Amino acid sequence: MLELNTINSYYGKAHILHDVSFKVSAGEVVALLGRNGAGKTTTFKSIMQLLKPHTGSINFLGQEISHLPAHTVAKMGLGYVPEERRIFTDLTVLENLEVGRQPARQGIQPWTFDALFELFPNLHERRNNRGRELSGGEQQMLTIARTLMGNPKLLLLDEPSEGIAPVIVEQMATTITQLKQQGVTVVLSEQNLHFARLVADRAIIIESGEKKFDQSFAQLDAEPEVRDAYLSV
Amino acid sequence: MNSVIKVHNLCKTFGGIEAVKDVSFEVETGQMLALIGPNGAGKSTCFNMLMGQLPATSGEVFLGEENLHGLTPRDIWRRGVGRTFQITATYPSMTVVENVQMALMSYHRRLFKVFCYAHKQYRPQAMELLALVGMENQADRHCAILAYGDLKRLELAIALSNAPKLLLMDEPTAGMAPKERIKLMQLTGEIVKQRQISVLFTEHDMDVVFAHAHKIMVLNRGQLIASGSVEQIRNDAKVQEVYLGGGSLYAIEEQTHA
Repeated sequence: MLELNTINSYYGKAHILHDVSFKVSAGEVVALLGRNGAGKTTTFKSIMQLLKPHTGSINFLGQEISHLPAHTVAKMGLGYVPEERRIFTDLTVLENLEVGRQPARQGIQPWTFDALFELFPNLHERRNNRGRELSGGEQQMLTIARTLMGNPKLLLLDEPSEGIAPVIVEQMATTITQLKQQGVTVVLSEQNLHFARLVADRAIIIESGEKKFDQSFAQLDAEPEVRDAYLSV
Repeated sequence: MNSVIKVHNLCKTFGGIEAVKDVSFEVETGQMLALIGPNGAGKSTCFNMLMGQLPATSGEVFLGEENLHGLTPRDIWRRGVGRTFQITATYPSMTVVENVQMALMSYHRRLFKVFCYAHKQYRPQAMELLALVGMENQADRHCAILAYGDLKRLELAIALSNAPKLLLMDEPTAGMAPKERIKLMQLTGEIVKQRQISVLFTEHDMDVVFAHAHKIMVLNRGQLIASGSVEQIRNDAKVQEVYLGGGSLYAIEEQTHA
């Protein structure tokens, strides 16, 4: 479904990603792990074409996307939830959700307000409040919910559990599992290993912009030296 | 035990919505008190009222014997209430030690003095604070190139520059790797002990809260629904329902210790 082939990304002259390659198959949940500054967010931005890799190719649904603008990639069914909450502060929760709406896609059950409110009860309570009146955690929920309104086939979540109450994070884990059953593919970056383990099939570790590990969590547990070297758990 | 701060019946209403209802508590000297609760429960609103950034609708806050009503955030800071932020706020183009010097100059009201060299002001004191957080070796590096965990430690040094009696920490370990979280909170715990200050912190990482808080308060829909030891809070059915969940997101081993 998604394939990165030796991509190299730069911020100005700073070389951030070095020959990063990995594949994500349809229906898979993959966790991108690594310390702060390891290159997780840069990988997401490169996939979304918000940061154009200098070399290498990115293939999504069988199509080369590295020459396309970000909005075209989004319309193809790639949903991105950035770490910083980018909600419209003057719009209400319902309006924010409406902004994210995209037509239903084949093979994906379209998201409705009700389904999203079931997942995030806080948002239902605040549906007529403006974005700026929400707490930090509620804004995070709204960003995720709005992205789901676009009925993505592949969802990129940048540290989704950060700043969210444990009880909601657990619900989020259930949702990700449900999404997976519906055929949605998910790539998430995480520092919370408990959460990553709960939802993901596979762990990819990035350190200093290089891929260091790409296997199952069982394999990660079997190699504690890898965990100690790259994750500071 | 002496109380550093006493909060009586604090309320805050935003256009008809009661964000904080009748919250009362005390923080004792040398105590690390965690304030936890669901998103939107009113934690940040409480912090903002304690720090004077938001006027309370009703209720009182006493620092020692003094009522903080009507004081500006700056006055409250001068009286010994410090704060660290969820998103670090340092001057990236300055060096580590210069950032601390700035804070010390501000505390000593030297910020706008002319005819003096800023880089010579309070350097020994700044170095002392950096040593306290284990950053003295990085004193002359620029903030822009610091690792995130180091930036958090620097922020702690800056927060200590007004010799606070009470430190408010808003999600101090947000965005950090697990081991860095534990390190930062251990460091905070040592400083609390050594300087006999008190810390009130919010946090969503239960590994951090259960390992480092002396006492926990739980806020839900603006009201305190529970308050007690780590063990009491862990086993409180109501807290599990509204906040903790089934326990799959924090270390289980500690549950057997408790």
